[in-house]
Amino acid sequence: MRSCRAISALVSQGLDKELSLRERFSVWLHVMMCTRCRNFQTQSRFIRKAARCYSDELQSRLDKKS
Amino acid sequence: MLLTGSVAMTDTLLTEQTLAAQRPVLFRYALLQLRDSELADDAVQETLLAAWQSVAGFEGKAGLRTWLIGILKHKIADHWRRSAREAVAPVFDRTDEDDGEAEVDDYFMSSGHWNGGPKGWADPEAALKQQEFWTIYEICQNNLPPKMANVFMLRELVGLDADEVCREAGLSDANYWVTMHRARLRLRECLEIRWFNNTKQEQQHA
Repeated sequence: MRSCRAISALVSQGLDKELSLRERFSVWLHVMMCTRCRNFQTQSRFIRKAARCYSDELQSRLDKKS
Repeated sequence: MLLTGSVAMTDTLLTEQTLAAQRPVLFRYALLQLRDSELADDAVQETLLAAWQSVAGFEGKAGLRTWLIGILKHKIADHWRRSAREAVAPVFDRTDEDDGEAEVDDYFMSSGHWNGGPKGWADPEAALKQQEFWTIYEICQNNLPPKMANVFMLRELVGLDADEVCREAGLSDANYWVTMHRARLRLRECLEIRWFNNTKQEQQHA
């Protein structure tokens, strides 16, 4: 059983590369039982989405300014 | 015969479409550095023009985008030289002082369990529509140590691939994973403290 520290690191890596089958399985298994890691998973996806929206938001804000 | 062959091949590699397809990424990169959409637009156009004129300079080794960003960096540097606004440091060439593993450890106990850790967030999607949220988001992003912020922005705002970010920021794979993970842990915590914990109450009473 991997720790929350290890699982959250895998969750993070999973956003940037394809995890191995074994890694994905251990994340899946852990996240089913661990609310905090599940929250981290949803929230890190949300942060990615927010960053992209922010980039768009910044573009439109700077467009208005000029 | 051989010569024409190789020229023809470079031509098919670098069509107007393949160059134009890189424009959004280049624009976001330039915008984050120049903070002005007109200037960013100019820099990108100059870059694409320069690329178009020097197709021979592209060897295809490092990848098209890396090559284009290399040109763009020069254009941006030219801009700073011309405007002599030395007060503004280049955004993507900064370094952080502390670089140890210690920081991730703040978020976890020695057992590997969360120290505190992620709480549930009420309706994050709704936050994206609120202007005040973006102010908080910006504060949190600016609170990241400079180099970490660069890496995060290159990946998530500019939209480079992980390996392109590594080349840009001069990071090893391992450093990249740690840096991105820390950035997410930090941003997450900051947003939770400054936004989601604060608004939860109001939303319940509203």
